[in-house]
Amino acid sequence: MSYSNENQLLVEPVAKLIEQFGRLPGVGPKTASRLTFFLLRAPEEQTKALSEALAGLREGVRFCRRCFNIAVDELCVYCASPNREQRLICVVEEPLDVLAIERTGSYRGVYHVLHGRIAPLEGMNREDIYFDELIERVRNEPTEEVIIATNPNTEGQATAFYIQRALAPLGVRATQLARGLPTGGDLEWADPATLGSALEGRREF
Amino acid sequence: MPRERVYRTEAVVLRRSDWSEADRLLTLLTPGGKRRVVAKGARKTISRLAGHIELFCYTTMLLAVGRTFDIVTQSAVRQSYERLRGDLQRISAAYYTAELIDRLIGEDDENPLTFELLVETLGALDSTRAIDLTLRYFELRLLGNIGYRPRLHNCANCQQTLGEDAKRFSTTAGGVLCPRCENADRRALPMSLGAFKLLRYLQTQSAQAVEQMTLSESLRHEVEQLLRAYLRQVLERDLKSVAFLDDVRTDPQGDHHGLH
Repeated sequence: MSYSNENQLLVEPVAKLIEQFGRLPGVGPKTASRLTFFLLRAPEEQTKALSEALAGLREGVRFCRRCFNIAVDELCVYCASPNREQRLICVVEEPLDVLAIERTGSYRGVYHVLHGRIAPLEGMNREDIYFDELIERVRNEPTEEVIIATNPNTEGQATAFYIQRALAPLGVRATQLARGLPTGGDLEWADPATLGSALEGRREF
Repeated sequence: MPRERVYRTEAVVLRRSDWSEADRLLTLLTPGGKRRVVAKGARKTISRLAGHIELFCYTTMLLAVGRTFDIVTQSAVRQSYERLRGDLQRISAAYYTAELIDRLIGEDDENPLTFELLVETLGALDSTRAIDLTLRYFELRLLGNIGYRPRLHNCANCQQTLGEDAKRFSTTAGGVLCPRCENADRRALPMSLGAFKLLRYLQTQSAQAVEQMTLSESLRHEVEQLLRAYLRQVLERDLKSVAFLDDVRTDPQGDHHGLH
């Protein structure tokens, strides 16, 4: 590749950092060099803070042993909190989805992070996500309701069905997030599937 | 083939993966072959495109020719197969059809017959009572379209017309062997008369024909295994979606209808 040749023209530490940045999702070669040269000119405290943050990431962070959310201690903040309804579990695909639900400010239960979804074409099956752990958890903990909040697309839906099927014999209430129109959207541009489920899930004023 | 800067095509979404910050990379089947395109910003909830590029959707798309990948500028759903999406078994069958097509059809490999077949099959999977037979129909037709039509009327080895005494299916020869040629392939699979008849029937009849059939579980299983072995021979590998297909079929609950 011509680009890696170009990198050889640069001094080693610079080329190395460009290469590392270039491995990040959504970062191409041009962005990688822009970030690198920005840091080269940035004050020392800033680069130092960044490198410390990077080092701390590996050391200080792990998965919660109960819900597999990212955590500092053995349990994540939600699992450890006495103010959280521990019998209500919200199942999400990624740790970022936990943040999204937290931002609503209207959820008081705990989570279970699958770290993926079932997508046979991408080689993701039940053993590649924290699925069995969820079923085991529901079996062992007093649980009242499992809210399945996988992404509203085909893979997420298939994963939701798959979870629901495994939960059914356990006698736990399983629910799913409603699907409908986004705030700020336009009816005219809504796809039939979304509009259909919005109609189905309509509510009394 | 020279193309306009913007062109319109029918398409079925076979695969999707995340791309860049909020884009999606789609693998489409179009009448003009398989094509990889980018849908910009489709991962944002407010995307106008998102609902129209869902997996297995049959759409009309407007695409702009891009440098590496063409870019989806508009997409309108023609069929979204809602019933299929609401049932785990049907979803797993659709995954399977998508993977087979993805493996067997090349990029820009013009094949309008296969496009029609896929649309027909997804439509059938949306409503059929016989998911497995619909898949068998699909497999046989797809193999035919790409030049691997299993030989079921003449011996795959000596071309003799086959009678009801044929008992072997050879994956390497690509079809049924007559009794005299059985030794031509020592690894040829045993095949019952029922399976032989069913294969022939599915190869020549329409997709709707499978709705009226009542067949034993063992016969269905036998035909599935024969075709699976043949496909493995053609593909020279296993399909990823088969494990999922088998997994969701063995349902302890006997309940195939997800949450509603």
